[in-house]
Amino acid sequence: MLSPVLVLATLAVGLVPAAAELAAARWPRRSPAAAIMLWQAMGLGWGVAAIGTLAALGADPVGPGVAGGAFAVLDNAARNVAREVRPPGFLAALRLLCLGASAALLALLCWVLIAAAGAVLRDRRRHRALLSLLAHGDPKVPGALVVDHPAAAAYCVPGLRSRIVISAGALDLLDQAELAAVLAHERAHLRERHDLVLLPFTALARAFPWSVLVQRSYASVALLVEMLADDHAARRRPARELVTALIRVGSAGSPGSPAGTLAMADDEEAEVADSGVTARVERLLTPSPGLSLPAHVLVCGAAAALVVVPAALLVMPL
Amino acid sequence: MDVLWESETQLTVRQVGSRLTDRDLAHTTVMTVLDRLAKKGFARRERDGRAWLYRAAASREAYVTELMLFALDQTGDRSAALASFARRVSGSEARVLRRALETGGDSAGS
Repeated sequence: MLSPVLVLATLAVGLVPAAAELAAARWPRRSPAAAIMLWQAMGLGWGVAAIGTLAALGADPVGPGVAGGAFAVLDNAARNVAREVRPPGFLAALRLLCLGASAALLALLCWVLIAAAGAVLRDRRRHRALLSLLAHGDPKVPGALVVDHPAAAAYCVPGLRSRIVISAGALDLLDQAELAAVLAHERAHLRERHDLVLLPFTALARAFPWSVLVQRSYASVALLVEMLADDHAARRRPARELVTALIRVGSAGSPGSPAGTLAMADDEEAEVADSGVTARVERLLTPSPGLSLPAHVLVCGAAAALVVVPAALLVMPL
Repeated sequence: MDVLWESETQLTVRQVGSRLTDRDLAHTTVMTVLDRLAKKGFARRERDGRAWLYRAAASREAYVTELMLFALDQTGDRSAALASFARRVSGSEARVLRRALETGGDSAGS
């Protein structure tokens, strides 16, 4: 029988090249929703497997399952301390060290997520307060707020009190049909709470800025979320309107550089090689068929297995 | 807030109320709104005898710039607070895109 340590470790290590593979793959563009689900499962599965590997290393192999074994070790250590026995032996100390590392990783991942959520909520509250002071409605874009600024910007502020914001620059740049496509795209983001989908990946990207893989994973999921919203908009409006809107907003410089700081931000962004806009335009102009049913089942099955297997290994007595 | 932005000097609650001529607001309403603005840091206030004197903490333009900087600075890892419609593309990418649009338009027959 395979030891749970081996299976968990294989999963934790194997998911790293798998993530690189998925980030480079082309098929996710055909079915963004399925691919996003797989990304989420891989992220969650990796977390559980990595925490579980350390816990399994520390767990007493004769204990019932990894979780039970870990508790047995802790219980033993606590009893030894209570009895004021001499410091534990080398093996017991090593076990406690592994369990400590496992708990630390769990705490780190939780903390990273909470910190990112906190920062996001703070930023959104400030942004909404500013919008309530500065923005106004406009009959050309029903349900959206307009900020008087010449730079082209269209975005949404997700949350319980969500907002769609269009700058005056974007309002001038886009015609009525293109504006409708932009609104449909942003409404899809808000309705399906794409921000919550992206949040764990943002948290990891913030926590590990030096990890190329984490950054690429984040970029992949962010692009897939945009494609998902594109698909929603393209179902309601002609895809061409969305495409021209994308190109206009994407390639709009800041007219007359209204503020030195804004011009700087533009330069910085110009260095970003792949904005993802090209990929979005390509798939809107030449739509490819979605994944076949067997492929869909395969992706869903893999996603389910990635979450269930490591979690089961932790709690099931072997 | 617009009243505070347009005024060059500090204003009392009563002065703000009298300048909001288009709306008939109760004195206490204006007071509450100004109090809230001050607590959020958008207005500064000083005691003058028994009354508060209010002024805007920063100009309207400064706030618009802050808002837009934040909105345009969504290059990725910094914040997930907003979701931008499209990122800035480089000049060469924009040229490729325009060409794609032309050929795509031909094949679609529009």
